[in-house]
Amino acid sequence: MAAALVERPARTVAPGGSARNRGKRRVSRWLVWNKWTPYLLILPAVLMELLIHVIPMLVGMWMSFIGLTQFFITNWATAPGVGFGNYRIALNFNNSLGEKLVQSFGATLGFTLLVVGISFIFGISASLMLQHNFRGRGLLRTVFLIPYALPAYAGIITWKFMFQRDNGLINEFLVNTLHITDDAPFWLIGGNAFVAVVIVAIWQQWPFAFLMTMAGMQGIPDDLHEAASIDGANIWQRIRYITLGMMRPINAVLLLLLFLWTFREFNTPFVLFGPVPPDSANLLTVNIYSSSFIQWNFGLGSAMSVLLMLFLVVIAGGWALWNRRVNRNA
Amino acid sequence: MREERSFQIARWVVLVPLIIFTVAPLYVMITSAMKPLVDVQGAFQWLPTNFTLQPFIDIWATVPLAKYFGNSLIVSVCATAFSVVIAIFASYAISRYRFRGRGTFSGVVLSTQMFPGVLFLLPLFIIFVNIDKTLGFTFLYQTQVGLIVTYLTFTLPFSIWMLASYMDGIPRDLDEAARVDGTTALGALFRVILPAARPGIIAVAVYSFMTAWGEILFASQMTNSATRTLSVGLQSYATETDVYWNQIMAASLVVSVPVVLGFLLLQRYLVAGLTAGAVK
Repeated sequence: MAAALVERPARTVAPGGSARNRGKRRVSRWLVWNKWTPYLLILPAVLMELLIHVIPMLVGMWMSFIGLTQFFITNWATAPGVGFGNYRIALNFNNSLGEKLVQSFGATLGFTLLVVGISFIFGISASLMLQHNFRGRGLLRTVFLIPYALPAYAGIITWKFMFQRDNGLINEFLVNTLHITDDAPFWLIGGNAFVAVVIVAIWQQWPFAFLMTMAGMQGIPDDLHEAASIDGANIWQRIRYITLGMMRPINAVLLLLLFLWTFREFNTPFVLFGPVPPDSANLLTVNIYSSSFIQWNFGLGSAMSVLLMLFLVVIAGGWALWNRRVNRNA
Repeated sequence: MREERSFQIARWVVLVPLIIFTVAPLYVMITSAMKPLVDVQGAFQWLPTNFTLQPFIDIWATVPLAKYFGNSLIVSVCATAFSVVIAIFASYAISRYRFRGRGTFSGVVLSTQMFPGVLFLLPLFIIFVNIDKTLGFTFLYQTQVGLIVTYLTFTLPFSIWMLASYMDGIPRDLDEAARVDGTTALGALFRVILPAARPGIIAVAVYSFMTAWGEILFASQMTNSATRTLSVGLQSYATETDVYWNQIMAASLVVSVPVVLGFLLLQRYLVAGLTAGAVK
């Protein structure tokens, strides 16, 4: 069950021996079908992917090597080539842009680790607690999924209201209900902005972790729990040795997905702070956005995008290697 | 199986904070939408003291919400329809055929999931502008067509993957029998696979619609005042002088209701479809 999930991407990217043999057998059986049918079937998808994903990606890489500033927007073909100039500016940590990129990278990494870690813990705890039937289980499951169903901007804009200094719920609660502080803090500017963006992102992400872990737990056969129960294992031991053990492959995929999605999260900081966020919450994607569309330096923006993409490719590649080793040892 | 007392206590220790965390914004959204403007400008009130439904009337006048609503509806419905149809064909090919390039196609489609949207936004912006310049009229840049094309492609990779997993679960004997009886490939798809894959198709449609309805990044650059969608339009309730928080909350509520209702009604399918690949 779980192995299938992990194997799928690996198999499609690089067909292994067994898949190829199975493929051959099928080819002979399916050869009666017209040879061109599958190509016609995927043609629309291929065209759309080319137009919206593949070509723009190649253009984006090319753009990172030219000095595409506001002077060349309408006449982009005449923009001068600058070689690795944009990368040199982005990675020159002595100038202000490079320094900002490093700071932004650090903020994004911290943001991602916190959001992924806490969302995962929330998601799996809720799934564990909802494993067995009890009154209100169905209702709770629905309630927990609402943030996932809500359009991103509606949820985030509500949080923005809650974080307002003078009329938000958070300060009302901290100052007038709990009396923790007399001085209402600002949440959307300065250092607290980082806390705010992390909280909102967790609110949005954890339902997905909940959904995936819940589905994973449904796949664990009841016999295992029953057998362990007869052998005298209490519920905590069953959770530790059966549920969490069986969940490992799904958790690995879930953590990777959450990491990739959170690292390139754009909606949360953009709706909370607008195109120019406070330094503490200056996440990479918004940084790239403002370099490109506020300062109109597309070349630099593209170079930063390519760096961001390379980082994610390295993470995903490292994950795949680690996952393969773990599976071989297991 | 017996549930230990410690587990029953732990259950509520874990669940109660999560419920509060999840529900608090929903509570704020609903109650604030029913307060007059002065009440949302002062300190936060836990309960609405001057209950009013006026914000739900005002939202349509303060900004052209109906137009944004219509734009979002057109874009989301078209993107969903095209995306589902294209994904059905592609996933059918992946699930039922072994052809040269199948691995490459799946690999490329899946890997696009990894790349940040900003990376596509800049080049797409330039590509759209230049296609329009070549055509001589505005076809893609800041039009609904451009937005539809973009959104449908965004949802394609995940839709194809999800539907292909779902179709893998439908026994081959079914369509092979139809083939033996002399149906064409498309005939087998329409008469056998589609009815059997209905839950998966509904899941893909819900996912596509939610994605298009909630998208912000591309909507912020790829629309103008005529094609503006809700995700960007909602921010215009904040003017230089006043932020109409009660109206923002009312508008957020109004634009959320269709998707949340749809999600709740079709939740079963979405969960089944989402997990078809994971649980199999």
